[in-house]
Amino acid sequence: MQFMLLFSRQGKLRLQKWYVPLSDKEKKKITRELVQTVLARKPKMCSFLEWRDLKIVYKRYASLYFCCAIEDQDNELITLEIIHRYVELLDKYFGSVCELDIIFNFEKAYFILDEFLLGGEVQETSKKNVLKAIEQADLLQEFQEVLGVPRNPSPDSLSHVMNILMSQCTK
Amino acid sequence: MPAVSKGDGMRGLAVFISDIRNCKSKEAEIKRINKELANIRSKFKGDKALDGYSKKKYVCKLLFIFLLGHDIDFGHMEAVNLLSSNKYTEKQIGYLFISVLVNSNSELIRLINNAIKNDLASRNPTFMCLALHCIANVGSREMGEAFAADIPRILVAGDSMDSVKQSAALCLLRLYKASPDLVPMGEWTARVVHLLNDQHMGVVTAAVSLITCLCKKNPDDFKTCISLAVSRLSRIVSSASTDLQDYTYYFVPAPWLSVKLLRLLQCYPPPEDAAVKGRLVECLETVLNKAQEPPKSKKVQHSNAKNAILFETISLIIHYDSEPNLLVRACNQLGQFLQHRETNLRYLALESMCTLASSEFSHEAVKTHIDTVINALKTERDVSVRQRAADLLYAMCDRSNAKQIVSEMLRYLETADYAIREEIVLKVAILAEKYAVDYSWYVDTILNLIRIAGDYVSEEVWYRVLQIVTNRDDVQGYAAKTVFEALQAPACHENMVKVGGYILGEFGNLIAGDPRSSPPVQFSLLHSKFHLCSVATRALLLSTYIKFINLFPETKATIQGVLRAGSQLRNADVELQQRAVEYLTLSSVASTDVLATVLEEMPPFPERESSILAKLKRKKGPGAASALDDGRRDASSNDINGGVEPTPSTVSTPSPSADLLGLRAAPPPAAAPAPAGAGNLLVDVSSEGPAAQPGLGPTPEEAFLSELEPPAPESPMALLADPAPAADPGSEDIGSPIPEADELMNKFVCKNNGVLFENQLLQIGVKSEFRQNLGRMYLFYGNKTSVQFQSFTPTVVHPGDLQTLSGFLDRWAQLAVQTKRVAAQVDGGAQVQQVLNIECLRDFLTPPLLSVRFRYGGAPQSLTLKLPVTINKFFQPTEMAAQDFFQRWKQLSLPQQEAQKIFKATHPMDAEVTKAKLLGFGSALLDNVDPNPENFVGAGIIQTKALQVGCLLRLEPNAQAQMYRLTLRTSKEPVSRHLCELLAQQF
Repeated sequence: MQFMLLFSRQGKLRLQKWYVPLSDKEKKKITRELVQTVLARKPKMCSFLEWRDLKIVYKRYASLYFCCAIEDQDNELITLEIIHRYVELLDKYFGSVCELDIIFNFEKAYFILDEFLLGGEVQETSKKNVLKAIEQADLLQEFQEVLGVPRNPSPDSLSHVMNILMSQCTK
Repeated sequence: MPAVSKGDGMRGLAVFISDIRNCKSKEAEIKRINKELANIRSKFKGDKALDGYSKKKYVCKLLFIFLLGHDIDFGHMEAVNLLSSNKYTEKQIGYLFISVLVNSNSELIRLINNAIKNDLASRNPTFMCLALHCIANVGSREMGEAFAADIPRILVAGDSMDSVKQSAALCLLRLYKASPDLVPMGEWTARVVHLLNDQHMGVVTAAVSLITCLCKKNPDDFKTCISLAVSRLSRIVSSASTDLQDYTYYFVPAPWLSVKLLRLLQCYPPPEDAAVKGRLVECLETVLNKAQEPPKSKKVQHSNAKNAILFETISLIIHYDSEPNLLVRACNQLGQFLQHRETNLRYLALESMCTLASSEFSHEAVKTHIDTVINALKTERDVSVRQRAADLLYAMCDRSNAKQIVSEMLRYLETADYAIREEIVLKVAILAEKYAVDYSWYVDTILNLIRIAGDYVSEEVWYRVLQIVTNRDDVQGYAAKTVFEALQAPACHENMVKVGGYILGEFGNLIAGDPRSSPPVQFSLLHSKFHLCSVATRALLLSTYIKFINLFPETKATIQGVLRAGSQLRNADVELQQRAVEYLTLSSVASTDVLATVLEEMPPFPERESSILAKLKRKKGPGAASALDDGRRDASSNDINGGVEPTPSTVSTPSPSADLLGLRAAPPPAAAPAPAGAGNLLVDVSSEGPAAQPGLGPTPEEAFLSELEPPAPESPMALLADPAPAADPGSEDIGSPIPEADELMNKFVCKNNGVLFENQLLQIGVKSEFRQNLGRMYLFYGNKTSVQFQSFTPTVVHPGDLQTLSGFLDRWAQLAVQTKRVAAQVDGGAQVQQVLNIECLRDFLTPPLLSVRFRYGGAPQSLTLKLPVTINKFFQPTEMAAQDFFQRWKQLSLPQQEAQKIFKATHPMDAEVTKAKLLGFGSALLDNVDPNPENFVGAGIIQTKALQVGCLLRLEPNAQAQMYRLTLRTSKEPVSRHLCELLAQQF
């Protein structure tokens, strides 16, 4: 796989992962072109298209488009299921994931992706193993926090965030 | 509870993200971001040391800002600091920042590599994985240099955790892809192959990708993986749908691993070991069988995963291309998918069948689905699926279904998406030509193409139809009739006018008998389109008109009227004006005989690769057309559909297609003539011009037998009133020089007058004088027989300028040669004289060619010689004192400025003769320069229009050894070598 892009129906890029070296300028150009191309397609159309010398495999989940660019000899259907497995992983981790989870916890979305795909190849397909790796990291963090310097969350800021989150989720 | 609370939430980050989301405008967002950047900057610069958490939070904010599409130019140092934090999430964010925002700041790279090195050595698997992920994400050469040697060790170490092995394998893959030279092969490779046997499915999944990549580069070193892969695959395929626990995906056992294993096997031919092969075939059959079983789940994920394996299996079967039974089963399976309700499956089935169509075993099976595919072309709602259908129709086309497929494609073209029209046009044109049984169908098809999609019909396509019509006399009458009818349409495409104009100009006489298409009718029909056409088309039509004057003398007055009209004679476009002037003069001055010769029908075109096919290849990239034009399953068709092979009566010589149409616009490269007997239309010929490839050109014997080429009438150069027609030296007129041409020319290196050539028929004498960069040469052609030579046409070309087409357009870049015309008849025993004015524009190495053609007793004769114009003719002798000579000699001391030759004397060594030769060569002879009086020293300047080349030479005879040593020094390397070679042959 050469790259993976997540973008919203409005064309906002939510996550980008590049497995080939490209300049920022090229990345932006590719993103712009592909987002336009994919958003212009009708719902019933097939999930694959030829684009430059690559094959694009995309699928829409709710408001988010997941879009992968693979090479000529790569398998389209299995790529479609890579996307689905990634969605399942996010879903399991966040608990019925929505676009907002990915916006507010983009770093987690990257960490999960790194456990699942590395260098553009599938590293681990077992949902359990991937999430175990992530949860271990979370546990490690909590463990360290118990031992480390405790932070003082001010109640005000916390409730501010919660309010915003609630209002966003109900929108 | 959602995982927002999991691990660690960074409040400040969440607040910032919310603020950005609440921004009502782009400006507000930028304002908020700038405020945050200023804040972060001040925090990073502040005196107070930041704690790890704050650093992490700010780095994360920077990352978010970057991902929004803004540039970030600071924070890298803080991110690098995070790498050495003990806290996992701080380290993790540090690595994420580095992965996303790495730059090649060398100072930082060193620090980053240091941190990675520490983590790799930490023996903490979680940290090791983070470090490996970072290397894999960045994949830069610097990282490769630092770690490529360590990672194989981690990968095969007995005590590495599974998760570390997985990351190490893919990390190594990324480094290997980026810089294979950095990854040392070694003992570890054998152990990597054995990871295929690993108990942990995740390890196998990661390792297969690495092994596949290594196999592609070193197939022989990894052959052992075949049997391991087959047994692993076999275990998966035969396992029950729940055996593999979490590696089962919607009741499909390990689909990702299966697909990867099947891909790995595609790096190799079928297994040689019968047992392994048997086991593999069994696997493939099982996959095909399972496709027929009822689905275990209605979920699309189930069928996708299952079919992913199925398609990969079919790819492997096609790759092997050796099991007819499996190929046909694969084809039937794909046939079912062609009508599946899932668009994705229809798309993939069409795509996969394209490759099946090129296998001789399954080609027939693919053909049975023609109706479904045609239906797909008509009814699919998605253009990318229709495109696949068009590709498949093209791939499955052969003699038996060509008419049906071509007519369906033509019908589709009327409604086709603009994006793919040109490609469809090319495909139709190729199929129509390749599978034409009768050429009237071919002509109809191409004219239909122009009618339906004229804008998308490229030059290659309509050039090709003209070539084919010109070469097939059985279709010429039909073509004339058809274009005449097509031109009746009130609005017809300009490409139709071009084709119509050309064909009627050549073959309009074939339909002139019918009063409905009498010459005046043909002319007025064409001329009615004239004013609406572009310059290029009008230029072509003017050529048609002059051809009409020859074909139909009754139209002469009308056409001369048109040419004489002010709108032509004083046309602002120089090409049109020139044609009008020249054609008008030609039509009034030349006798009917001359007209008939000049405007004779075009000779057949030489065999060459279809330029259309070349274009399609260019469009689709290499490899795309190989499946399409592969001749092996239809080898027998070549003899018929190589339809343009030259007829036996004429030996055609290559002619650049540009002049075919009399248009100066970008001519396709002239192809060399096909080897005798090769009727293959698709033969890949070199695109170099004939002059560049004397070996492929007609041999002198053939050239003597070949018929006289009619001069290309469309070339206005040929029709200038003053020079003879042959004064236009089209490259097509020139054969290879005769074998003794070099020898003959060498006689003139040191002298200017003499007999250049003589045989039983003809003697050619030369008298020439040169001053500075100018020269005048008189050529005397003596007819030694008692019979008149007819159509006597001497032509001079300079092959150095003709090797490329750009050179052709920019002719005489090195030499300008003006020739005066000679009489076309040379009486028996008479001599005619031709004057050549020569100007040397720049230094040159190859002499001009003189080609002489004439008819002797009706038999065409032709002969090509090298004209004795060598660069030393433009020598201006220079006298200088010994001191100056040595000073200059030293100045030219670069090794490439000197050329030296030591050679045996071929003539008696006589000092006086040598002196005369050196003087004849052009240089001044300097006495008292060389301390050895036996030696000769000379100096001179070669005068060209563009530059002067100073030359110094020294010749040292050794009478005892009967040898010479010749040394030349000039300021231009090729000139030194060339002069040295020319002169060395004289002694």
